[in-house]
Amino acid sequence: MNSLKFDTTNLICGLLFILTGIYFAYQAFELELGTALRMGPGYFPFILACALMLFGAIIVVQAARVHGEPIGHIAWRGMLFILPAPIFFGLTVRGLGFVPALFFTALIAAFASGRMKPLTAVVLSAALTVFAVAVFIYGLGLPFRSFGPWLGL
Amino acid sequence: MDLFNNLALGFATATSLENLFFCLIGVLLGTLIGVLPGIGATATIAMLLPITFQLEPVSSLIMLAGIYYGAQYGGSTTAILINMPGESSSAVTAIDGYQMARKGKAGAALAIAAIGSFFAGTVSTFLVAIFAPPLTEIALKFGAAEYFSLMVVGLVSSIALAHGSIVKALAMVALGLLLGLVGTDIYTGTPRFTLGIREYADGLNFVAVAVGVFGIAEILRNLENEKSRSVLVSKVSGLLPTKEDFRAMIAPVLRGTAIGSILGILPGGGAILAAFASYTVEKKVSKNPEEFGKGAVAGVAGPESANNAGAQTSFIPLLTLGIPANPVMALMIGAMIIQGIVPGPNVAVEQPALFWGIIASMWIGNLMLVVLNLPLIGLWVKLLTIPYYVLFPIIMAFCSIGVYSVNSNVYDLYSVAFFGFIGYVLVKLRCEPAPLLLGFVLGPLLEENLRRAMILSRGDPTTFVTRPISAGLLFIAALVLVVVFLPSVKKKREEVFVEED
Repeated sequence: MNSLKFDTTNLICGLLFILTGIYFAYQAFELELGTALRMGPGYFPFILACALMLFGAIIVVQAARVHGEPIGHIAWRGMLFILPAPIFFGLTVRGLGFVPALFFTALIAAFASGRMKPLTAVVLSAALTVFAVAVFIYGLGLPFRSFGPWLGL
Repeated sequence: MDLFNNLALGFATATSLENLFFCLIGVLLGTLIGVLPGIGATATIAMLLPITFQLEPVSSLIMLAGIYYGAQYGGSTTAILINMPGESSSAVTAIDGYQMARKGKAGAALAIAAIGSFFAGTVSTFLVAIFAPPLTEIALKFGAAEYFSLMVVGLVSSIALAHGSIVKALAMVALGLLLGLVGTDIYTGTPRFTLGIREYADGLNFVAVAVGVFGIAEILRNLENEKSRSVLVSKVSGLLPTKEDFRAMIAPVLRGTAIGSILGILPGGGAILAAFASYTVEKKVSKNPEEFGKGAVAGVAGPESANNAGAQTSFIPLLTLGIPANPVMALMIGAMIIQGIVPGPNVAVEQPALFWGIIASMWIGNLMLVVLNLPLIGLWVKLLTIPYYVLFPIIMAFCSIGVYSVNSNVYDLYSVAFFGFIGYVLVKLRCEPAPLLLGFVLGPLLEENLRRAMILSRGDPTTFVTRPISAGLLFIAALVLVVVFLPSVKKKREEVFVEED
């Protein structure tokens, strides 16, 4: 055997599980563990976290033996625009109100695709906002404010 | 005859004008979104959940059930027409269905799928009606130890049905259980793993986690390399199968229904397994197995019936025990809790109209699917031509509204983004999200019952093996685990899942 070669995907995966396990185990340890008869809040999570670390370790060991396909393309652009969209909605839905928050949420998400043209994105977001207002605010009567206090309306 | 009285009550509930209307809306919306590629039944229901909040509990659950069947049928449509299964359970349909479509028999394939599904749906609805009440009786005898063991069976079977590495699936279950424990500890009131954020004291929102892990992660995966889809047939003609087709489909439909009904009860994703099992059986018993993969009628009829029967009977554990058999059922539990109904054996006793109404509406929903979808197929085909980059901003907007409207908690939207990211990372690391979600739902229940059982037995862990029902369930769980680790089964399992990809 020359040098150990690891399957990257499984190596990352195993390490990730081990780290998560350590984090949860540490957190659980700070809580009261209790006894098997009267389990404290930390007892069950601690066991699970240990199990997670164990599984992570097995995956790392397997990474040295079994080799799979590489990870492949990663949707960087997708992540850059898709993930902030709900966060933006969360930050602004109360302040700006439902209408502007939704419009910009859709607009941000629209740019996740390289094929989207700016004009199409604006038209799509506007149409979507009108539709959502009709369905959710007028149709279903959900208690959202259309325009929020930040706009001074 | 109790059964007939009960069914009569159910039909009376389900055929009220209002409930018929919501069933119809549910089936239509479900098919609509099921046909759109890139979004599965779980994300569909999660998105549409808020629409049902304002309704009566019965109407709301009937509509959600309609969305579920609709989404499944829509998934089969895309599987046949563009070889892109909308649902993992229709992956098998794509093998022969798409080949039939290429031979110009798209209409017949769609009709066979619809008729097979309807037949399976009818039979399994009756099975649910027959078996749900006695199982409820048994369930009422369940103590904490039995509930714990039953959930262990559910988690273990979800591992058996996940793709790829078993150890990874086990790790996903553990991670899901841990995430499910986020929030306030029920016995002591101590906040756990909340990062000090008060908004997470009630735990992570299930809808947010489901939308993130299934919906957002799926969108990101589709954005990796955008390809144009080519729709094979712009016009579907010849909807009615020929006499030969009918003759060829009868036996597979019957066998598929039987397989699906049995496997659907298994917690952990019975419908998918049912479709695979049915395909394998059909290939084995067929006189000309070489036809499979080249457009065999049996290869469409069997699996389609099986997955529909399985989808139906997966309501049994939900209605009798309050335990979800798959992520969709977990969402149904979420919907019930939001409506103020505690899922479990008491539902049948305390709310017979709700219980039997849902069962009756299953059949009505299936009937609507056949009646509506065959004539509307042209419309669904048109929908397939909508480019993906137009779809996902819409999906993102509706997900955001949907998640926010559950509790009006903006932190739930941050969870969506976080779990979308986690879900995508896990998909890239070849980890299946279904066991994680099941673990997430069962986490709090599992812990509660474990702790209660231990207190009741005065700290004696043998209580799980000395109580007969609990011991039996744990034995099943152990058996399933041993079986999936057997080298021969492991190899076979890999083959099956390779076929799907």
